[in-house]
Amino acid sequence: MRSKPLTLKILDIASLLALAVATYLALIYAPEEATMGQVQRVFYFHIGTAWTGLLGFVFAAGLGVVYLIKQDLKWDIAEVAAVEISAVFFFITILLGSIWARPIWNTWWTWDPRLTTAAITELIYAAYFMLREGIEDPDRRARFGAVYTLVGGLSAPITFFSIRLFRTIHPVVIGSGDPGATGAFAMTSGMLLAFFFALFTFTLIFVDLFWNRVRMGQLAAKVEQLKINLMH
Amino acid sequence: MAATLSHRPSKASLMKAVLAITGKDLAAEFRSREIFSAMLVFSLLVILIFNFALELDIATRQSVTAGVLWVTFAFAGTLGLNRSMAVEKDRGCLDGLLLAPVDRSAIYFGKVLSNLVFMLIVEVIVLPVYAFLYNVNLFNVGLLLVILLGSIGYTAVGTLLASMAIQARTRDVLLPILLFPVAVPVLIAAVKASEGFLAANDFSTIYAPLSLLIGYDVIFIAIAYMVFDYVVEE
Amino acid sequence: MITVHNLVKRYGMKTVLRGLDFEVQAGEFVALLGPNGAGKTTFLRILASLSRPSLGEVSIAGYRLPGQAAAVRTRLGVVSHLPLLYGDLTAEENLRFFGRMYGVSTVEPRIREVLEMVGLAPRRRDLVRTFSRGMQQRLAIGRAVFHDPDVMLFDEPYTGLDQDASAMLDDVLRSVAASGRTVVMTSHDLMHAEELASRFDILSRGVIGTSVTRKQLGKTNLLAYYKRALLG
Repeated sequence: MRSKPLTLKILDIASLLALAVATYLALIYAPEEATMGQVQRVFYFHIGTAWTGLLGFVFAAGLGVVYLIKQDLKWDIAEVAAVEISAVFFFITILLGSIWARPIWNTWWTWDPRLTTAAITELIYAAYFMLREGIEDPDRRARFGAVYTLVGGLSAPITFFSIRLFRTIHPVVIGSGDPGATGAFAMTSGMLLAFFFALFTFTLIFVDLFWNRVRMGQLAAKVEQLKINLMH
Repeated sequence: MAATLSHRPSKASLMKAVLAITGKDLAAEFRSREIFSAMLVFSLLVILIFNFALELDIATRQSVTAGVLWVTFAFAGTLGLNRSMAVEKDRGCLDGLLLAPVDRSAIYFGKVLSNLVFMLIVEVIVLPVYAFLYNVNLFNVGLLLVILLGSIGYTAVGTLLASMAIQARTRDVLLPILLFPVAVPVLIAAVKASEGFLAANDFSTIYAPLSLLIGYDVIFIAIAYMVFDYVVEE
Repeated sequence: MITVHNLVKRYGMKTVLRGLDFEVQAGEFVALLGPNGAGKTTFLRILASLSRPSLGEVSIAGYRLPGQAAAVRTRLGVVSHLPLLYGDLTAEENLRFFGRMYGVSTVEPRIREVLEMVGLAPRRRDLVRTFSRGMQQRLAIGRAVFHDPDVMLFDEPYTGLDQDASAMLDDVLRSVAASGRTVVMTSHDLMHAEELASRFDILSRGVIGTSVTRKQLGKTNLLAYYKRALLG
């Protein structure tokens, strides 16, 4: 197999650099928020990973649809990559959400729509991998994976809205984190810079990890092919 | 021979095929009552367990009725879905259905319909039992409507996912794992709407969850119809 | 009646059928022989329209697979080693169900006819789960001929049958063959194949390497011929 393309190597380095800069911006450069204090800084990465995770999830569903149409396993490799990375990103989102919630609202978990949907999406991912685990035939595995990402990809946003609309006992606590909504804090220019840069960084990291993961998947497929060739 | 020629198949209409499949499921189930009794007994057990697990005073009990009912239906539903699809898988009957010159969606709709009937029958029995045990009035047209709409959505997605689950090695545990996370909107909307009807709230508050239920049903029946071929064909 | 040209079937990376050619004239009875795992069942499933070819052309009764699969299915009757019957329904209910699924208009008289043909008329009101394996197999054949198909496919029909049941199956198969239908039967039991078939094809290593008619075989023992063909 060809060695890592130069673009990818550059992307690897760029991602690391961006991450370093984003960390600096979030932890040091951005001004401290008045009411919540230092812990609010978690917010930048929290939203960054949430946003990218969600995009990744929708992206995976799209890749699934393409697989169903084209029936070419390379789309399946891409879909698995997108789901895996998205799963990790959402996990970080949940972790950071928890860290933020504890000192501010004195609870490890708030049942607000964003966090809850992230948790349910993690469960969808877990189910996705369990489904794939249980199937031998690669084509069938790919087909089922695609169908499930589609079903999951449609139901998660509906879940988000239904929680937001109907679960009045647990109000949108971290809605205050959404810079667009009327919320607990408005963002100064320093914060905005940290916020948008974090978004950019995580998108970059997603692309980088995705590309690497797809290469890994293709390599694995090559190995499988070689094994089979050897057996005959 | 003229007589043999008349046995030649004509294209079986979709509706006829769907009804044939549903009829077949109901007839077989009427004989063995396996699926039905499993679902019913399980539901009653869950309701009893809730009673012991949640020591509630009468007022609180009223407020959790919708939730308890829907949890019960959700769990019992997966039992029925699993068994119903497993029947086709075990004796290779799914191949028998696939060999017939009918649209694959006939299999989907036929199965959804029979799964729905099983679920509704169980629900219709559980309601008066719950009302009896907890002295709650559940005779409420709105509630019945919500149960119908919720069950439709649940079986629509459940049948699709069950068709996948039974083809995997881990078939027995897989269905609930696949189904619950994506059926959450149904549960949320159904519980909300049920509560509204039971508490005789103003319809304007019930309108939203009810429309969400209908929307979910429509979307997922459409999706399942479109992808079902990929799930059963090779 | 059946034409197969350059059929390739892959499962993921594994190639099971490698450019198989096959042709059957109307009324022929072909026994498809070969070692286990050679791909006989895979091939039969493709002919039965239950599986799609990865490459190649398949046409049955003038209709192409997989594009015109629905039309092919009206002309096809399939008996597999699984009964494909519903245990909780009676023999007559099973036939009625399949009759409806095939859109047969004269269902009731046909049920009587078919049950007579397979010798199960006295058991018509009995639940299939009370039937012995042999009886289930006969009813399965009844199901398969119900809609008067031109082509019949049998996949290892003698599996699990005792002497008596085998003999009954021989009779049924002989009458099916005599009715002018085209039959393809896979078997690793050469004895029955030798008696019934007019042609013997051997599927090995993903292609049909050998094809010999009954006339050509002459006095030679099929088993001996088969062993030689596999070694050579």
